[in-house]
Amino acid sequence: MPKLRMNQAISLAIAEEMRADPDVVVFGEDVAVAEGPFKTSDGLLDEFGPLRVRDTPISEMGFLGAAVGAAATGLRPVVEIMFVEFLGVALDQVTTEGAKFLYLSKGEVSVPLTVRASVGAGLGFGTQHSQTLEGWLLGSPGLKLAMASGPQSAYGLMRAAIRDDNPTVILEPRRLYAQRGDVETGEDAIPVLGTARQVMDGDDVTIVALGSMVDFAVEAATAASWSAEVIDLQCLQPWDSAAVLESVARTGRLVTVEENPLLGGWGADVVSAVVAELFGEMSAPPLRITAPDVPVPYGKELEERYMPMPGYIGAQVGEFLETGRIPAPWWKAEGMVK
Amino acid sequence: MSESTQRREAVRTDRRTRYERMVEIRTLENRVQALFGEGVVHGTTHLCLGQEAVAVGIAAAARPTDHVTCTYRGHGVALALGLSPTDVIGEIMGREIGSVGGVGGSMHLCDMEVGLLPTFAIVGAGIPVAAGAALTAQVRGTDDAAIAVFGDGSTNIGAFHEGLNLAAIWNLPVVFVCENNQYGEYSRIDLTTPVTDIADRAASYAIPGIIVDGQDVDAVAEATAGALDRARAGEGPTLLEMKTYRYAGHSRSDTAPYRPEGEFDEWFEKDPIAGFRARLVTEGLMSEADAEEIDAAIAAQIEQVVETVKAAPSAGVAAMFANIVAD
Ligand SMILES: Cc1ncc(C[n+]2csc(CCOP(=O)(O)OP(=O)(O)O)c2C)c(N)n1
Repeated sequence: MPKLRMNQAISLAIAEEMRADPDVVVFGEDVAVAEGPFKTSDGLLDEFGPLRVRDTPISEMGFLGAAVGAAATGLRPVVEIMFVEFLGVALDQVTTEGAKFLYLSKGEVSVPLTVRASVGAGLGFGTQHSQTLEGWLLGSPGLKLAMASGPQSAYGLMRAAIRDDNPTVILEPRRLYAQRGDVETGEDAIPVLGTARQVMDGDDVTIVALGSMVDFAVEAATAASWSAEVIDLQCLQPWDSAAVLESVARTGRLVTVEENPLLGGWGADVVSAVVAELFGEMSAPPLRITAPDVPVPYGKELEERYMPMPGYIGAQVGEFLETGRIPAPWWKAEGMVK
Repeated sequence: MSESTQRREAVRTDRRTRYERMVEIRTLENRVQALFGEGVVHGTTHLCLGQEAVAVGIAAAARPTDHVTCTYRGHGVALALGLSPTDVIGEIMGREIGSVGGVGGSMHLCDMEVGLLPTFAIVGAGIPVAAGAALTAQVRGTDDAAIAVFGDGSTNIGAFHEGLNLAAIWNLPVVFVCENNQYGEYSRIDLTTPVTDIADRAASYAIPGIIVDGQDVDAVAEATAGALDRARAGEGPTLLEMKTYRYAGHSRSDTAPYRPEGEFDEWFEKDPIAGFRARLVTEGLMSEADAEEIDAAIAAQIEQVVETVKAAPSAGVAAMFANIVAD
């Protein structure tokens, strides 16, 4: 098994799909000659040439729209949005155009498009370059949506997305691009989009996490006296309700860990589905651990307050298990917000 | 008068101050680059080294009541408009004394007292916003104007075309200033943009498009003043293309390996600070010895500011929860 950084795992996954299928093309800002602002398209131009690997101008609407058109007519574009915020200027092409072609063509026009975007806080890029913004995409029927949590899942999700016949967005926490790990490659490493991954066994509580929060949840649980089953949700659209329900039915308690504001976060959907099914069998109400409802601040200490760090996750879950009640988030406990 | 307003007035009225301000921008940015290197600041920064004349020329021509939108490459424009080195370095270091209290960082500076709207980290986003600021002046019947500062790469994004079109059909008092520094991130302009001169794009919106030597602070000030006069007289928007060059890479992590051999040296021949210094000496407004003295004084001042900022408190947690919605 090769040891790869997450950005290398992404390049490799794309290269393998490009070798297998000549219709796979790659484009985005500085992805060809410079091999990607985050080095996620290393070697692709060299191996596959300028017809299939292209730099674009700074025109997200233009090149995402072109990707939709190319996908609708036979290619499998893999397009990079450098920071997810830049998807804002092209959201229409993904959510309202590409995601609805199948529906509006009576099933005739599928759009096998993969959009990759880097997300998340932790590197000091400030308010307009640190959000996760999965909420922009959630609730757009026709779209699939996944988030990588490290080299292995980035590799697998990327290959699955490129093969999928639907427009699929893969969010990549940029904090993790430099993270190294063993990566199982090949067909067996390609998950079915919509399946979660159990990353830790335990009995007291089910912790459902996504993206960069997966490692944080594992770190918190590893240091704790309680035992948690940690699930990496991997996909939000569709999401693996069966895996979550099965786990919570066993542990009786649900915690979601989200790197996004509380309001409108994906955890609310998970909680609602679980409560609807398992209300009578749960030994405590579900707990959502999130960032506060504020823009991502710049200063280092503030940014670390913003993100749910392992210590905070551990303390919240610990109190939750001890009291059976929902602990106040830190911003309420510290009187920052009423 | 506040410090920023005083600084602004000085740049508007005094040619020697324009030299000082360009030196200040360069000195501050070199120091900021070193601070990132020392690992005392996190995140990234985009330097405008080499583009100082554009920033100072605009500030010389505009009034403090005009509104300016600017990009993440905004240290120069901010300092030129009047923000102090403490405002800028304080913000970059995430301190309470920074221009937005430490929650913004290098890419997000603001001071409405001198007309600087919060700077934009999304390419092109400030272009239609400047048109909106011009709309305010038009509706209220003042003779203020707005200025949008943006890069050549930004002219490929929808916001540029939509912003210019709207400004043209509504005849808004706005000046669009494109800093054509030849690159958008790691890509040379000719690889992403079919026209050589961005000024040509003005024709699509039936507004004047003027090429300006962006290395000459006087030329920038004159062209900006002319476009502002037009705007204030109700004659509508102008697109100014400032031909310039960025000496550093795109951002902190970029060493600019994509630059052809010799290109930097060619542009360095036209260095805006050296050129203006020589001109002021010829005009008798400054001697070489004066210039040396100014340079040294500014270097000492920036060191002092860095020490002050390092000793200043970081933004507190309460800053995260402030100013999210207006009361
Ligand atoms: C909508 C959007 N797309 C991409 C980016 C990433 N990005 C930041 S700066 C930049 C290059 C901009 O080039 P240009 O407009 O020429 O300005 P310069 O940086 O040269 O001053 C890019 C692509 C962004 N910030 N916003």
